[in-house]
Amino acid sequence: MEHKIKLPLTSEAIEGFKSGDYVFLTGELYVARDAAHKRMNEALDQGNNLPIPIKNQTIYYMGPSPARQGRAIGSAGPTTASRMDKYAPRLLDLGLKGMVGKGKRSKEVIDAIVRNKAVYFAAVGGAGALLSKCIKESEVICYDDLGAEAIRKLYVEDFPVIVVIDSKGNNLYETAILKYKKD
Amino acid sequence: MKNIRAEKITEEVKEMCILANHYLSSDMNSRLNNAVNVEESPLGKKILNQLKENLEIADKEQIPICQDTGMAVLFVDIGQDIHIEGGLITDAINEGVKKGYTEGFLRKSVVKDPIERVNTNDNTPAVIHYNVVEGDQLKIILAPKGFGSENMSQIFMLKPADGIEGVKEAILKAVKDAGPNACPPMVVGVGIGGTFEKAALMAKQALTRDFDDRPTKEWVRNLEDEMLERINRLGIGPGGLGGSTTALAVNINTYATHIAGLPVAVNICCHVNRHITRIL
Repeated sequence: MEHKIKLPLTSEAIEGFKSGDYVFLTGELYVARDAAHKRMNEALDQGNNLPIPIKNQTIYYMGPSPARQGRAIGSAGPTTASRMDKYAPRLLDLGLKGMVGKGKRSKEVIDAIVRNKAVYFAAVGGAGALLSKCIKESEVICYDDLGAEAIRKLYVEDFPVIVVIDSKGNNLYETAILKYKKD
Repeated sequence: MKNIRAEKITEEVKEMCILANHYLSSDMNSRLNNAVNVEESPLGKKILNQLKENLEIADKEQIPICQDTGMAVLFVDIGQDIHIEGGLITDAINEGVKKGYTEGFLRKSVVKDPIERVNTNDNTPAVIHYNVVEGDQLKIILAPKGFGSENMSQIFMLKPADGIEGVKEAILKAVKDAGPNACPPMVVGVGIGGTFEKAALMAKQALTRDFDDRPTKEWVRNLEDEMLERINRLGIGPGGLGGSTTALAVNINTYATHIAGLPVAVNICCHVNRHITRIL
């Protein structure tokens, strides 16, 4: 099934997603990867606020290549999500609703997705040039000193993702493989 | 004695960094085209077509194929009859990497220290492997390596009694563990034999070998063919979302080893298997 969705994600939209669905996202998407997650986690440990409003938002795990003049962004495909597994449950419990990345998630993350009725999407890994065409605006919000790892806010139009782990905990990485496994 | 200027090396390396991040070698392209035709999963086919479109956009609009433009790995064969003038070859190469990544709008993905983790902001230092050979040529192979797949690589110190069946199991384990994390369809580089570090180096070097350039030993050719077929029966598929194209190629290099050992290194690469060669 295909969905065209406006960000931020609503509970109704998330409940309608099934593992394997194709989704086109339009709206604001936050970008954070390894170093930014570590810093956000430290901020929370110290009792400080997060630098971004996390509630109902979607984070794209990504670190772009630099933009050429006149372009919003450079190459901009997903990075491996499992490196953020250590931090993701805490953010989900604070209201994060969507994550976009690639690759497997831990049991702790899947449990937190189900507990908070959230969703994990995959974007096509290694298609950074293609995906960059759907990113219309990009702005560094904070942690500028982290370079490619700074937190950004993007405006995306019809950004293509696939529902991998839905709010019930169904996991496409486990089910789809069985269909094509031959031994 | 042939003289090669250090600045010439810098210029070549700079160009190579930019070209390798925007174009794949023709053997990679033909494997990808073939995969689109044989892929059994409709979603897998769709993803493979997106990867082809991605390559076209990278070429036409000069956007790197992948945002992870990699850590620069170089294999340098130095003919013993050449003389490099005007600076140290390592400095010349690193200067080329710095210029390529800065002027070519490539991502700076290197941190100075593995624990302190401060970005060097110019993608240096490169990882450079030198080899002295006969003749008066300088051969440089550059392979910018992304870490989504690098992180999924494994080394196995097998026992001689494990034999070829042990080798096969090791390769399959590395690919299964990598799964969707390594951006399949993958290219699998394998090093069998040598020592701990020699096996890893051969696995990396195998990734830079043209797919049509087959190993001379028959058992190695057969192993490459069998492993490619068995990997593609795992079901992982494009993007790890199910399908019959999990790997585009398996390249295996081998070397002599010790009576007590059978090292096997599996260096996983994604479908953006970048490598470029220049001879000066």
